[in-house]
Amino acid sequence: MPEEKPPEPPKPGESPAAPAAPGAKPAPEAKPHLEKPAVAAPTGPVGAPWSGEIVETLKSTFPDIAIQPFAYLTQNYLLLPRESIVPVAMFLKTELHFTLLADLTAADYPKKEKRFEVIYQLYSFSRNERLRLKVPVGEQESIESVVPVWSGADWMEREVFDMFGIRFEHHPNLKRILLPDEWEGHPLRKDYSILQQDERWVRENLHIESGQ
Amino acid sequence: MQLPLPPAIAPYFWPVVYGVVLLAVFPLLAGYIVLLERKVMADIQARLGPMRVGPHGLLQPIADAVKLLLKEDIIPEMTDKWVFWVSPIISVVTALVALFLIPMSDLLPVPDLNIGLLFILSLTSVGILGIILGGWSSNSHYPLLGALRSTAQLVSYEVALGFAVVGGLMVAGTLSMQEMVRNQLAQGVWFVFYQPVAFLIYFIAALAETNRVPFDMPEAESEIVAGYHTEYSGFRFALYFLAEYSNIVIVCSIATTLFLGGWLRPFPNVQALDFLNYFPVVALVGLGAFCLLGAAREARMIEKLGMAGLGGAFVVAGLVCLVPAVLTAISGLFWFVLKVCLGIYTFIWIRFTLPRYRYDQLMRIGWQWLIPLAIANVIVTGIVMMLWQ
Amino acid sequence: MATTTPQATFLDANEIVINMGPQHPSTHGVLRVILRLDGEKVLGTECVIGYLHRGVEKIAENRTYVQFAPYVDRMDYVAAVSNGLGYCEAIEKLLNVEAPPRARYVRTILTELNRISSHLLWLGTHALDLGAITPLFYTFREREEILKIFENYCGARLTTHAFRIGGLQYETYDGFEEQVKAFCNYFPPKVDEYEALLTGNRIWLQRTKGVGILKADEAIDMSVTGPVLRASGVKWDLRKAKPYAAYAELDFEIPTGPNGDTFDRYMVRMEEMRQSIRIVRQAVDKIPEGPIMAKVPKIMKPPVGEIYHSIEAPKGELGYYVVSDGSTQPYRVRVRPPCFINLQALDRMCRGHLVADVVAIIGTIDIVLGEVDR
Repeated sequence: MPEEKPPEPPKPGESPAAPAAPGAKPAPEAKPHLEKPAVAAPTGPVGAPWSGEIVETLKSTFPDIAIQPFAYLTQNYLLLPRESIVPVAMFLKTELHFTLLADLTAADYPKKEKRFEVIYQLYSFSRNERLRLKVPVGEQESIESVVPVWSGADWMEREVFDMFGIRFEHHPNLKRILLPDEWEGHPLRKDYSILQQDERWVRENLHIESGQ
Repeated sequence: MQLPLPPAIAPYFWPVVYGVVLLAVFPLLAGYIVLLERKVMADIQARLGPMRVGPHGLLQPIADAVKLLLKEDIIPEMTDKWVFWVSPIISVVTALVALFLIPMSDLLPVPDLNIGLLFILSLTSVGILGIILGGWSSNSHYPLLGALRSTAQLVSYEVALGFAVVGGLMVAGTLSMQEMVRNQLAQGVWFVFYQPVAFLIYFIAALAETNRVPFDMPEAESEIVAGYHTEYSGFRFALYFLAEYSNIVIVCSIATTLFLGGWLRPFPNVQALDFLNYFPVVALVGLGAFCLLGAAREARMIEKLGMAGLGGAFVVAGLVCLVPAVLTAISGLFWFVLKVCLGIYTFIWIRFTLPRYRYDQLMRIGWQWLIPLAIANVIVTGIVMMLWQ
Repeated sequence: MATTTPQATFLDANEIVINMGPQHPSTHGVLRVILRLDGEKVLGTECVIGYLHRGVEKIAENRTYVQFAPYVDRMDYVAAVSNGLGYCEAIEKLLNVEAPPRARYVRTILTELNRISSHLLWLGTHALDLGAITPLFYTFREREEILKIFENYCGARLTTHAFRIGGLQYETYDGFEEQVKAFCNYFPPKVDEYEALLTGNRIWLQRTKGVGILKADEAIDMSVTGPVLRASGVKWDLRKAKPYAAYAELDFEIPTGPNGDTFDRYMVRMEEMRQSIRIVRQAVDKIPEGPIMAKVPKIMKPPVGEIYHSIEAPKGELGYYVVSDGSTQPYRVRVRPPCFINLQALDRMCRGHLVADVVAIIGTIDIVLGEVDR
């Protein structure tokens, strides 16, 4: 458990947090116990740069890919551009022995220029080391599927598609996994309002206005 | 008992009466066998079983029967109605007729067919028709799969059963059920000691014939819901259920008659052990005492009275059996029922101890192990009998 | 979820499609498996899930960190204590606090008891699927003892919410150590009893050996973790690789299996139960005195940042990826569900087996639909 406070200097590549109204959530209406403080809407976590053998090897193997290494609370991550994910992933798996794809998920930062961030958690048995890859993906953009690299990414990518709407190119079976096939909308996006979803359901199925 | 009857119907009168009584009494008895199974199951699983309906759950079968009779009779739309209706009837009728032919005592008016055992086995084979027709007429995946599997299993294990029975028949020398027991009396030894291998094969094949674990894949809940009787409900399901438990009684009864000495007590020819004749008395009085003890531990007055009444009835019955005339009348039936109950208990015990075989493993055991073993047993028995002469 | 199943034309086609529907005695919850069969042989399976999807990750964005803690119990409701441990430790890392030693030991004890109870439930239902009806009742009898301990500690049996961010809320009750020690003495003969019923049983061996083989490289490729991975021969356990709570100070072993079939997964989980008792015995003797709660602010506002923390839950690697935006509510909580990811391997494991084996294989992965669907 790290005892030192994390460093806070602004990072290259991260635009400074701009004060703005909270996302696209409906304005808080008389919910006194949920206090939304007047803090800046996030543009993403901040981290300190780190260097090491992995970064050096990657930078030398892929000199024309902008790989940005950061660390927060001693957890290392790399920011990668969208097009480079499959070659870098393959290299990490075969040469640097990151054989386990522990998790594949995404997060939505509507304030950022590229609103989504696809996050890969990797683990290497031989080094007993974790590494995170973060790939910014724009709203209409798609990202290459890493199923050829780790076949366990199959369902994880389907879930990301289901929840965020990010398309994965060359995925063997990209369709919704947790929600019904005919569902409209992608729930984990910040502009997806549960209240609106509920109102729509009530209107369509019970033919009244939801009184919420 | 001699009654002044016209000679045309005299030989048929008592068997018919016996048949009618059996038909009336047996469904209730089958219900109590189900209760026995539930209680033994509960005992193996460290719990109590049905306890609410009646003292210690003894009126549970009546509640079950009433429930099944009052259920809505659902017939799915696309079934072949006539076949759907007749299939449980086939199963039940063949089972009950086979049961009618089993001599539970030397004094009961069971007709003594000279091909008795063959007739009973052929009846159980016809009973398989009830299963396949039930599954087919249901017009649905799961019942059809279940029926096909069940039929294939039953037909295969019939062969093994038949060969095991042949081994027993070679030492019995006759197909007549009553004659078999009398031969065991004459030779002074139960045929299980002459044919232990045949008995074991018979027992395993009997488990498969009655679709019991470890051979109950066709009706395994976790696989295909309920097999051939998925679409049956209410009274029709009760008929299938009755047929299944009748089959259990039949196979245990055949085992008892052919291998375990039928209605004879252990060591029937040994004079020194004549005190064993009084075992029914001891058993009934002991059962009565057990019930009275149970009555003492009951919480509510009505249950206390119920159990005490039951205990008292058993004790009185036991004491009545002290009368020699009653004892000789009751003795055969008592021993037969005791042996069949031991067989049923073993069936239940095995059901709740072992996992179930997969279907292909089940068929492999039947064809690759039991049938060759049974045939080998017949050959060896034949050779030994020839050398004995 | 609303995939249309082609009508079965089972008499004249080479391939049948059978639906093991959401309501089925053996799918351990609302799991729908569509099987493509050639006679009895399985050509392929497709899992349709999402029947229990409750949007836990979306809920997390609308609750404070403390308010969200009871929700994590409801995912893998069988091993609720582990879920809570992972979440609390993740938020503690984000807040940069460490739970005091006493809290860490009590957490370890309760988590290991939870591991045993999860494996007991798995064993009972797995044996039931394969036709052995009796072990279910025995395992639930043992599970009762563990649930009594949980109830005495935090008032709930199943969804316990036993831990708080920063430590524990409740001090251990009077008689906690005695009850846990009594359980440690009561339980090992029971494991031997289950082994006597099942491990040497020829029918059990025939149903489980060689069924659902998953090789080590396939398992790692499919991101499978937990006992399934260990049974395939990979000796990896997060309690040893990246120790958390009090595991670094306790002595135990990691069981592995040679072949990766159903029997090995069974043996690995049985041995894990024994090792858990070993851990509990050591821990209960070593519980240090001291505070049970670290200094955490009443209103938790972790600094802007992110964390990925994972623990070894009974089902596999349970990970929490939490992004904080500096407010009282998390910005994003991602739960890495071990059952969901392990379930992907079902297709690989079922190929070439018979229909009856599918039930065995679903049971051996040990899924809880609450976690698969969240």
